Amino acid sequence: MHSTLSQTAKAEKSMSATIQKIDEHVVEIISDSGEGAQTAGQMFGTVSAKMGNGVWTVEIIPAEIEPPARSTAGASGNRIRIGAENITNAGDEADLVVSFNDQVLLGREAAGEFKPGATILLESKWREEREPEIVSVYIEAHDRLVAKGYRVVEINMEEECRKVVDNPQRGKNIFVVGILSCLYSRDLDIVRQEISKKFKKKGEKVIQSNLDLLDAGYQWAEANLEIRYVIPAPGVSQAQVVMNGNTAVALGTVASGMDVCAMYPITPATSASHYLSEIFEDVGGVVHQAEDEIAACAFALGASYAGKCAITITSGPGMALKTELMGLSVMAEIPLVMVNVQRGGPSTGLPTKVEQGDLLSAIFGVPGDAPKIVMAPATIEDCFYSVITARKIAETFRSLVVILSDANLATGQQAFLRPEFREEWLAPPIDQSPLPVGHKPYAWDEKTGMSSRAIPGQLNGLYTLTGLAHTGSGAVAYESGVNQESSRYRSLKLAAFQKTLKTPEVVGDPEGDLLIVGWGSTKGAIEEAVMRARKDGLKVSSMHLTFLQPMASGIREIMQKFKKVMTVEINYSDDLADEIIDEDNRRYANLAFLLRARYLIDVDCWSNVHGQPMKPGAIEKMIRSRLK
Amino acid sequence: MFGLKSESVLKLDQEYHELDEYQGKESRWCPGCGDNGILAATQRLCRDEQLAPEKTVFVSGIGCAARFPHYMGTYGFHGLHGRALPVAQGVKIRRPDLDVFVNMGDGDCCSIGTAHWIHAIRTNMKMVVMLHDNNIYGLTKNQASPTTPQGRITSTTPYGNLLKAMNPLTVTLGVTNVSFVAQVVEWIPDLLYKVLREAYNHKGLAFVRILQRCPHFMPTAWDQLLSNPDKIAVMDSPDGVQLSDATAKIYKTRVAHDSSDLNAARQVASLEDEVPVGILYRNEMVPTYDELRRPQRLPEPELTEEILNRSFDRFGIFPSTSSKAGD
Repeated sequence: MHSTLSQTAKAEKSMSATIQKIDEHVVEIISDSGEGAQTAGQMFGTVSAKMGNGVWTVEIIPAEIEPPARSTAGASGNRIRIGAENITNAGDEADLVVSFNDQVLLGREAAGEFKPGATILLESKWREEREPEIVSVYIEAHDRLVAKGYRVVEINMEEECRKVVDNPQRGKNIFVVGILSCLYSRDLDIVRQEISKKFKKKGEKVIQSNLDLLDAGYQWAEANLEIRYVIPAPGVSQAQVVMNGNTAVALGTVASGMDVCAMYPITPATSASHYLSEIFEDVGGVVHQAEDEIAACAFALGASYAGKCAITITSGPGMALKTELMGLSVMAEIPLVMVNVQRGGPSTGLPTKVEQGDLLSAIFGVPGDAPKIVMAPATIEDCFYSVITARKIAETFRSLVVILSDANLATGQQAFLRPEFREEWLAPPIDQSPLPVGHKPYAWDEKTGMSSRAIPGQLNGLYTLTGLAHTGSGAVAYESGVNQESSRYRSLKLAAFQKTLKTPEVVGDPEGDLLIVGWGSTKGAIEEAVMRARKDGLKVSSMHLTFLQPMASGIREIMQKFKKVMTVEINYSDDLADEIIDEDNRRYANLAFLLRARYLIDVDCWSNVHGQPMKPGAIEKMIRSRLK
Repeated sequence: MFGLKSESVLKLDQEYHELDEYQGKESRWCPGCGDNGILAATQRLCRDEQLAPEKTVFVSGIGCAARFPHYMGTYGFHGLHGRALPVAQGVKIRRPDLDVFVNMGDGDCCSIGTAHWIHAIRTNMKMVVMLHDNNIYGLTKNQASPTTPQGRITSTTPYGNLLKAMNPLTVTLGVTNVSFVAQVVEWIPDLLYKVLREAYNHKGLAFVRILQRCPHFMPTAWDQLLSNPDKIAVMDSPDGVQLSDATAKIYKTRVAHDSSDLNAARQVASLEDEVPVGILYRNEMVPTYDELRRPQRLPEPELTEEILNRSFDRFGIFPSTSSKAGD
C-alpha cells in the first residue's frame, strides 16, 4: 500500500493537475524547533491575506525552546486557515499538512488535529538516514499514516534544496512556501515581496538564495504533484492590517496615549512588550522590565499615581503575584490597566497554550471587597481597541481595568480594517493646574461614588495615598463606619459604569431552543458553529460578552427567551456523566458560574482545558447533540 | 516633566516655605520613638532646600516607619509592605521634576522587599532612601527581623534568635551600580541632618541606614552605643560631613576614610566592634536609570499618529496589492 519516494513522485507526475475550487482550507506546517516552519506558515498566511483571502493563523509552540529533535511533543510550526470569506477563528482539523519529520507528525495526528484523509507532504530524507533506528521508525510511522487513510506524499526536501543551496537545512521552509504557492495558486510577486522584506536585514545574497528556493519548491510541485487548489479571494477593497493579538495590544497601548508600561517576562504575554519596546520610546514612552511581577505592578501604580494611567502586561501566574497591588489600586482608586494574556493553569500549567481560566480570579481574586472592571477582547482587532477603551475607563472611574486576552489571540494572526488615528484616543497631558482650596482626594459623589484625583505637582491637592481604609479627605480611618461608607462608594462606581454599557447583541434569532453564551477569543468559533447549525434549521443563537464585570443590563431578558442557555468556554467544569458528580457538587465553567449566580437562570456549560482553541466543528457537534 | 500641561506647571520660586508647612498629620509614633527625630531632620532638610511641598513625594511601605508620609506636609504614597521602592521608581520615571523620598523599616526593606532593594540600588534612580533600622518588627509587635541580633528573644524567637543579624550596609555596597551609602544614628541630630542633606544632593539613589530606637520593643538595643560614644566611629573624609564642635566633643572615635573607595567602604561597613557613621561611599559618576530612560522626544499627538501609521504600514495590506488575487 505504501509507496516509496520515486513511486509517489512518478505516480503524481503522470497525472495532469486538476484544479479544485474550494471555499477554505486549513494548512499546517510543522517541524522541530528552529527549522523555520513558523516563518513559512506566517509568510504563507500573510501572502494569502494580501491576496484578499480571509486568514487566521495559529502558532504551534512546544513548551521548550529546543525540545529533543524528532519527538512527538516537539512540534513547532504554524496552522493557517485560508478562506474565500472573512475568517474569524482557527477552524477545524487540518486539510493539508507539511511535516519535516515523522515524529512531530505522529504527535499532531494523535492529538486529532488532522481531517480524515488529509494530504500530508512529508520530508522523506529519513528513509536514507545512516541510523537504522531512525529509518525503521520513519517507515513505521509512514505506513501507519497511510494505513489510516491519509494521502501521504513523500518529498526528499533536503535533496531538492541541495540542488540550489549549499546548506539545505536552512531554507527548507522557503522551499515549502514554494510548494504551497503552487498548490494554492498564490501570487508569486507577493511571495517574492514578502521574502525580500523578511530577509532584508540579511542582505541581497540571502534574499536571492531564498528566492531560488521559492522557485525550486514551486517548480518541483508543478512537475511532481497533481494537487491544485484555488480559494477565491474577494480582494482587498479597504486598507487592512494583519497582526497577532499581542502586537495589537502593543499598538493599542501606544494609541491610548499611556506612556508607561511595566512588565516582567511571562509566556504568552511577553511578545506584546517586545513590539512595544521597539516603538514606545519614539512616542516618548517607556517599557520598564521590572525585577519581578510585583515590582512591575508597583512601578505602574507609582507612575499612574504621579501621572497618566499606566499599564502592566502579564499572564495568569503574574496576575496572581500582582493581586495585593490590584487591591491597592482599587482601595486607593489609582487608575491602572492590566492585561492578562491567559494561558493554561493552575500553577505553571500550560504556558504556551490557551485557556480562559482566569475570569473568576480576575473578578474575585483580590482579598476583601475589590470592585474592578473586567473586559475581554474577542478578536485581534478588539485587542487593539480594548486598551484604548480600558485606559479611558480606568481614568474616568479611577479604577482598575483588567483585560483578559489569551494565548489564542496573542499568537493568532488576523486581518482587520486599518485603524484610523483619532486624537481623542490619547490620554490628555497631566493636569497640573491648581485645585480649589480644600480639595479632597476622595470627594466621592453621593450617587455615583466618582471623584477626581490630585496629581503630585498640583497646588491644594496635597494628600497621602494609603491602602488603609480612609475617609474622603484621605485620613486613615480610626472610626467605625468609614470602611462601610468608602466600600459603598467604590462599589457604586461600578454601578455607575454599568449604566453606560450597551446590551450585547444576539447572533441568530432573539428566541429559540438554545442560546450559547461566550466571552473572549471563542467568539468566532461559536458564531461559526451557530451559523452552521442554523443552516440546518436548528433554533440556536449566540451572545458574546465583552464586559464580564460589571455585566450590561438586558442579559437576563435575552436569556429568558431561550428554552436552554449554556456557555462554551475554555476552562474546566465537571461533567455530570462522572459517577459522583451531581447538581449539588458540580463545578461550573467560569462564565456559567457568574450567570447562574447573577441571574438565577439554570445556565449549563460545555467547556474543556485541552489547551487548544475551540473548534467550530466540535461546538457544532455539541449543539446538535444538545438539540436532538 | 513629560506630558505635563506646561502652562500650569508650578512656579517654584514664588514663596518661602516655613518649617511648619512640612508638618503633615500629627505623629502617632510611641513617645521616645526614634522616628520622630528622623521626621524632624527631614522636615528641616525640606525647609533648608526649600522643596516645594507639591513637588515632593514621600513613598513608604508598611510598618511603623512607613507612616512617615502621613506626617509630612507633602504628597505621599503609603503603599504595600515591601513595595515602596518600585512604587517610588514608577513615580520618578516620568516626573524628574518631583523630589522622591522613600522610608522603610528593616522588615520592609531587608525582608519582604529584598528583591526590590537590590534592584533599586542597581537601577540607581535619583531618590533618597531611608532605612529606619530598629532591629525589630514593631507594628506587628516584636517579631525578629533580618537585623535582629543573634540570641535576642522576640515573640517569634522565644528561645533566642538563632541567626546572626544581616548587615544592610555590606549588602548594599555589594550591589552593582551602588552610588551612595551612609549610616547614621537618629540620636545625633547634627549628623543625621547633614548626612540627609548630602543624600538629597546626591545624583542617584542615596541609601541611608538610620539606626533607630524602638523604646517599646527594643529599649536596650543601642545601650552600648548610648553609654559609650567611643563605639561610634565617625568617618573622616575630606568630602565628608563635618560635625559641629559640640557633637565632635562627644564622638571622638574617628576613622580616616576615602568615601570614593568602594573596597574601603566595604571594609568599614564590615566593622563589628564599632559602628561606622557618616558617608561610607559616594560616586556621582554612576549612570542613573532616570537619565538613561529619559525619552528623546516629548509625547505629541502628531508623533503618536506618525508612529502608529508607520506600524500600520508595516503590517498593512493595501487594495493595490490584491489586483491579482484569487481566481
